[in-house]
Amino acid sequence: MSLTARPRSALAWGSLLWLLPLAFLLLFFLTPLARILALAWQAAGEQGALSAGLPGQVMYPLGFTLFQAALSTLLTLLAGLPAAYLFGRFSFAGRRLLRVLSTLPFILPTVVVAAGFNALLGPRGLLNLALMGLAGLDQPPIHFMNTLGAILTAHVFYNVSVVLRVVGGAWERLDLRLEQAARTLGAGGLRAFWEVTLPLLRPAILGAALLVFLFNFTSFGVILLLGGPRFVTLEVEIYIQALQLLNLPLAGLLSAVQLGFTLLLTALARRLEPGQGIPLAPRVKGEGLRNPRGWGQRLALGALVAGLALFTLSPLAALAVRSVTRLEAERGQRGAVQTGLTLDYYRELFVNRRGSIFYVPPATAALNSLLYALATVGISLGLGVPAAYALNRSGPARRWLDALLMLPLGASAVTLGLGYVITFNRPPLDVRSFPLLIPIAHSLVALPFVVRTLQPAIAAVPPSLRQAAEVLGASPARAWLLVDVPILSRAALTGAVFAFTISLGEFGATSLLARPEFPTLPVAIFRFFSQPGALNYGQAMAMATLLMLVCALSILALDR
Amino acid sequence: MMKHFSSILLHLTRRGVRLAAAACILLAACAPAATPTPAATPSGPVELAVMTHDSFAVSEDLVRSFEQANNAKLTFIKSGDTGAALNRAILTKSSPQADVFYGVDNTFLSRALKEDIFEPYAPPGLADIPAAFKLDPSNRALPVDYGDVCINYDKAYFAGKNLPVPQSLEDLAKPEYKGLLAVENPATSSPGLAFLLATIAHFGPQKYLEYWNSLVSNQVAVVNDWETAYYTNFSGSSGKGPQPMVVSYASSPAAEVIYAETPPADAPTASITAPGTCFRQVEFVGILKGTAKRALAEKFVDFMLSVPFQEDVPLQMFVYPVNEQAALPDAFTQYAAVAEQPASLPPDEVAANREAWIQAWTEAVLR
Repeated sequence: MSLTARPRSALAWGSLLWLLPLAFLLLFFLTPLARILALAWQAAGEQGALSAGLPGQVMYPLGFTLFQAALSTLLTLLAGLPAAYLFGRFSFAGRRLLRVLSTLPFILPTVVVAAGFNALLGPRGLLNLALMGLAGLDQPPIHFMNTLGAILTAHVFYNVSVVLRVVGGAWERLDLRLEQAARTLGAGGLRAFWEVTLPLLRPAILGAALLVFLFNFTSFGVILLLGGPRFVTLEVEIYIQALQLLNLPLAGLLSAVQLGFTLLLTALARRLEPGQGIPLAPRVKGEGLRNPRGWGQRLALGALVAGLALFTLSPLAALAVRSVTRLEAERGQRGAVQTGLTLDYYRELFVNRRGSIFYVPPATAALNSLLYALATVGISLGLGVPAAYALNRSGPARRWLDALLMLPLGASAVTLGLGYVITFNRPPLDVRSFPLLIPIAHSLVALPFVVRTLQPAIAAVPPSLRQAAEVLGASPARAWLLVDVPILSRAALTGAVFAFTISLGEFGATSLLARPEFPTLPVAIFRFFSQPGALNYGQAMAMATLLMLVCALSILALDR
Repeated sequence: MMKHFSSILLHLTRRGVRLAAAACILLAACAPAATPTPAATPSGPVELAVMTHDSFAVSEDLVRSFEQANNAKLTFIKSGDTGAALNRAILTKSSPQADVFYGVDNTFLSRALKEDIFEPYAPPGLADIPAAFKLDPSNRALPVDYGDVCINYDKAYFAGKNLPVPQSLEDLAKPEYKGLLAVENPATSSPGLAFLLATIAHFGPQKYLEYWNSLVSNQVAVVNDWETAYYTNFSGSSGKGPQPMVVSYASSPAAEVIYAETPPADAPTASITAPGTCFRQVEFVGILKGTAKRALAEKFVDFMLSVPFQEDVPLQMFVYPVNEQAALPDAFTQYAAVAEQPASLPPDEVAANREAWIQAWTEAVLR
């Protein structure tokens, strides 16, 4: 049944779907953003601070931001699509575990990922140490830190799981019969893929690509910590201008440019998408999965699994190894490093050595993180489900809501954080005393992920099923509950995992808004990391390993 | 349709939602009451909010004794790094979110004074503080602690190579120290900015870029943040990196001893404290303009300048007390050094030129 044939009352109810997400975005995103940008505009007028060198100050970071984001997205798709195929089509031993593990990079604060890459590929990383030992070199042969390669690698590392989950999930849900029909009609495997599977996957691939691109577009920590000072993105420049040089006008201008490009890109991606989703009959879960056949396929599959595992796990494993290793250089020898095993770092986590008022036992930090993450899941699903339904109705407002929903991904975290500080200034919405502002801020980032995973799934629900249920006497509510919900539960779960992990790993907003008595794991990691001394470094590594553990266990429990 | 969403959600992730709901309730329960505390309630303690940066730390005992003595409840609002915290204070000055602000340093001081976020207060404790630290004659910003940003070196490396430790900024550009120094980007790092200011103080605003060019040809390693410089590049710390010299703090060698896995006989690192090679950062506290709790805020400032707090400062934040009466912990007297003649620049000059200097440095060194 098309929309025009719906009764009037359904239309009115349908427009209500917008209300909650729209109100949320208006209150918690647009208002603080508008207030800070207005302030920047006003300051620009007062100070006349926007100087003559302006075009260069905007164009240079903008150019590099677009360049690295495009390249990173391309590489992420190249790495992620084979992995999505693997997870969408095959069952193999350790499938579930690998899927959980491949999500881990997504949660880790950049400071930890940078430390992981450093522990693996840095000048004294495991690889360089091994090569220097083998070849008897006294200089590390691999130069990884502070290169464009490091930025791209880290971006792929972070985002492969987005492609894997969004596209892999859609692949798994595909109706196998369509492809089989093509094959029966004489199409070869390649042609069936090209003309049937790929068009069906297109919305998912585009959605994932857009998410990845925007994530890279606003990249901050990776650029700062792994790319080094030679690389500057818009977000890095905003941070420098706003918080180091206190040049609010320029920071505001850069934020506006960043937002403008986000809107542009979202609109562009929209145009590429097919106008109408293709309804697909829901199939038995795991129906499309099969075991690999023949040696060739097994070998290719094995290589793919091993490659993915190696790529996502080695920096994490290096981190875990580092958390139980102590390095001691011999006197006067820059090359030789002795290693020994130790559990001191873990033991030390439970000691408040300085009697500091801000000491937090690791279990408390983990609990804070979990509570914020669960609240984020609740908020972003509660808003994401109606938003995703609203997006599947045609109408002029649809494009606007879509763009608005994606906008938080392209908003500068620094700018938004300052916006929060000036907007939520008095009870009941006070950054000082309203702890839900943290999961709310996290939900802004999580919402696009939830919506992007739910929307194609909703589009694919055949109306005929709901109609059949209604014809058989089910009320609209009951039809929905019995038809939509079971079909959508997998996609909702994917969205929930994204929301959960985004919240668990988020550092920027949390450090600005969290009360010091309720630090999260990333905040605790950073506290150790910003102090000199072997124990502090080791404890940061140990805390990061705990974060990975907490996250892996939670996803294992959530993702069934 | 709206009313069905709750049931759908419940069905989708029944456990998750219930947990989230529990979480919301828990969080709300943990949160302190959102009602503003009146300035003087006869029974309950008066809340005093202190806005500060992420590195702030203090002993729990001290806080509790202040609270007991003054019938107060201290709330600390941490707001990111020094720049972020100061920005917050400036942006919210029309309706201040705290009563006291601690953590503005001498590189940001002029900005804070120009924005006029502090009320003047002359505490009795000022008498014990040397005049050199009192950078604000109007007593709106009061010095609390200082730290010297100095080059740290890996003692074992220099001993092993029989290489003399550099004794001046000029030495660092000599060929025997090629590729041995790691510094931080002044645009993103506070010690990085301090070191840049030391070179400007020493060579002058006309000549410092020339010096930096010679450092660049001597293969100085530039990274964005202290964490990377110290833990990835520096060979004297846990990371065992490739460079045996790094821009850090004069107190870092003491931290290497205090936070060693097994207490070493001697610090593995030391600071170069020769005249003109270090830059002194002084941190200030001020009473935020418009506070309704001026009397208690004054008490808190007095407390920060008092000997017990000042003696707590070294081991909590690895900086030095400004109060001359405060004794230093052993690890500090043994392993941490105080710069002999630290470089300094007038706060006004820093405020006026900081952006131009950093911009010029970026063009010369990075691009």
